[in-house]
Amino acid sequence: MQRTTLDLWVGIFVTAGVGALFVLALKVGNATTVNASDGYHVIAEFDNIGGLKVRAPVKSAGVVVGRVEGISLDTRTFRANVALRIDKHYPFPKDSSASILTAGLLGEQYVGMDGGGDEQNLKDGDRLKVTQSAIVLEKVIGQFLYGKAAETSAAK
Amino acid sequence: MFGTLSGGLRLVGRRTINAVWRMGAATRFMGLVLLRSGLSFRRFHLMIDELHFAGVLSLIIIIVSGLFVGLVLGLQGYETLKRYGSAEAVGTLVALALVRELGPVVAALLFASRAGSAMTAELGIMKSTEQLSAMEMMAVDPFARVISPMFWGGFLSMPLLAAIFSVMGIFGGYLITVVIIGVDAGAFWSQMQSNVDLRNDIVNGVIKTIVFGAAVTAIALFEGYDAPPTAEGVSHAVTRTVVTSALAVLALDFVLTAFMFTGV
Amino acid sequence: MNFPRGKVIAIMGGSGTGKTTLLRLIGAQLKPDRGEVRVDSHPIHAMSHTQLYAMRRKMGMLFQFGALFTDLSVFDNVAFPLREHTELPESMIRDLVLMKLHAVGLRGAHALKPAELSGGMARRVALARAIALDPMLIMYDEPFTGLDPISVGIIGNLIRRLNDALGATSIVVTHDVQESMKIVDYVYFLSGGRVVAQGTPKEVVESVEPFVHQFVHGEADGPVPFHYAAPGYGEDLGIHR
Repeated sequence: MQRTTLDLWVGIFVTAGVGALFVLALKVGNATTVNASDGYHVIAEFDNIGGLKVRAPVKSAGVVVGRVEGISLDTRTFRANVALRIDKHYPFPKDSSASILTAGLLGEQYVGMDGGGDEQNLKDGDRLKVTQSAIVLEKVIGQFLYGKAAETSAAK
Repeated sequence: MFGTLSGGLRLVGRRTINAVWRMGAATRFMGLVLLRSGLSFRRFHLMIDELHFAGVLSLIIIIVSGLFVGLVLGLQGYETLKRYGSAEAVGTLVALALVRELGPVVAALLFASRAGSAMTAELGIMKSTEQLSAMEMMAVDPFARVISPMFWGGFLSMPLLAAIFSVMGIFGGYLITVVIIGVDAGAFWSQMQSNVDLRNDIVNGVIKTIVFGAAVTAIALFEGYDAPPTAEGVSHAVTRTVVTSALAVLALDFVLTAFMFTGV
Repeated sequence: MNFPRGKVIAIMGGSGTGKTTLLRLIGAQLKPDRGEVRVDSHPIHAMSHTQLYAMRRKMGMLFQFGALFTDLSVFDNVAFPLREHTELPESMIRDLVLMKLHAVGLRGAHALKPAELSGGMARRVALARAIALDPMLIMYDEPFTGLDPISVGIIGNLIRRLNDALGATSIVVTHDVQESMKIVDYVYFLSGGRVVAQGTPKEVVESVEPFVHQFVHGEADGPVPFHYAAPGYGEDLGIHR
């Protein structure tokens, strides 16, 4: 094959390959959303985190504002410490609350943030006091059955 | 009884020694390939030739296979997800399956059977017809002039081929689910974008393709260089390239997946 | 063994007696277990990679079946060493290549691919390639094997002529007695990895030493036995006496 046609084909190939990488990065992946390395840390304490995983999204009003960075158990209080990293473009008031929610009926769990009314904003290393734990299906069913039993015994 | 036992043990011993010897030879070989790769970068057209040989010539099979894998994934994914009322998630399914696993692995397997086998055959024949010896005697180092450019050509081609494969697959999935079945295009893309992570999914997938490319190319070149200089020897070497590459890719895939996606 | 400058020396011996190995030792493609090879009075196996490659530029080798690069044309094959080792402009390379091809009588075939050449032509192209850098030492590995008598004559003639024109040293590994006797200055006989006889062609032909006599006159049995070493025939067939 001629040198120039060969060069042309290799040029086409490399351009297509690099283009494909860009398509994957920009069109398929979420390269444009939260840059997790640039933000501030807060810790939220939960009684129960259910099936929450590291790297789960942190959302407020449905917008992804950060990610779960780490999960650990405080052996003194036996509550879960969930480290959140939140994008610095999204400041939250100091009395904001965090809850563990589920996307859809069977979807993965994420942390929902609800803004409060405090004038001061959360700083790096702050703790979120007001939290609502994950809904654990067994407990809900347990409470439901207990309530039913109480109802029936009261009706007798 | 004792005779067969000691015979069996001897066989195991011989095989082991042989395997270790080959590992050593392969390591030395790769060391030389890397050490003498200066020329590949100084005389760039050597590498262009090999990019053509390994990359451009594999392009057709990669594009066609990628498209079909995407079509099948889209169809199967849609049929299953529809039962749970989440047919829009098919975009996520297709993209994650391709970017994390199928893109790197299937592209590497195709690359091994298309480009890897060709590299082994070319090198084996060059060796058996004394072309490599002739080059040495002309004071041209075959490692610098032939083998290193081949390695870098294959090494660079593989991630590009896998990316093209994944994009074609996603396009195929889009074609079947959005254009033909009629899943909502906006949901298809937005679900995909919100669930495919650049760092965790795409970058990890690319790392896999780089590892696979290096492994397949190294195996192909070593088998070719190590082939007995006969027609039978070369044909066995080609077979071994395809088999060993496939096993290496699948085993490496398991190891890499375990490190990357399980959060260990 | 000595290979003085300007001479054409043949190395003869039966198959498997280490003739090709000797060439590989001189080219340092193999390392000797014992002993030393000196080229231009430098011990070649003590050289570094760079020194060795510098030395190999002064050597040319013609392989048994030519070993042409099958994906390059005849022209590019001959141009290969020039392009690798010199920075000459393309026009000068073209002139040099055509001169080398003219010397072997194949200037008209420069555009062909090696697959389109006959065995004799391929070997002549390989010869043109081997002398592309005007080497001081040219080695020929079985240059006459598998060629028709005319081609054998042409190659033999070329070996002598090129050697004299370049003022080089030629080492011809062969077992073609007739042809080599016509062109060489000196002959070594190898057997079992040792030199068993040597001399000028005239001395060799007239030699009465049994091995040389057997080899030169092509007798089936002699010091080199017809039978490979084996136990007694009767014993092997299971006939006990």
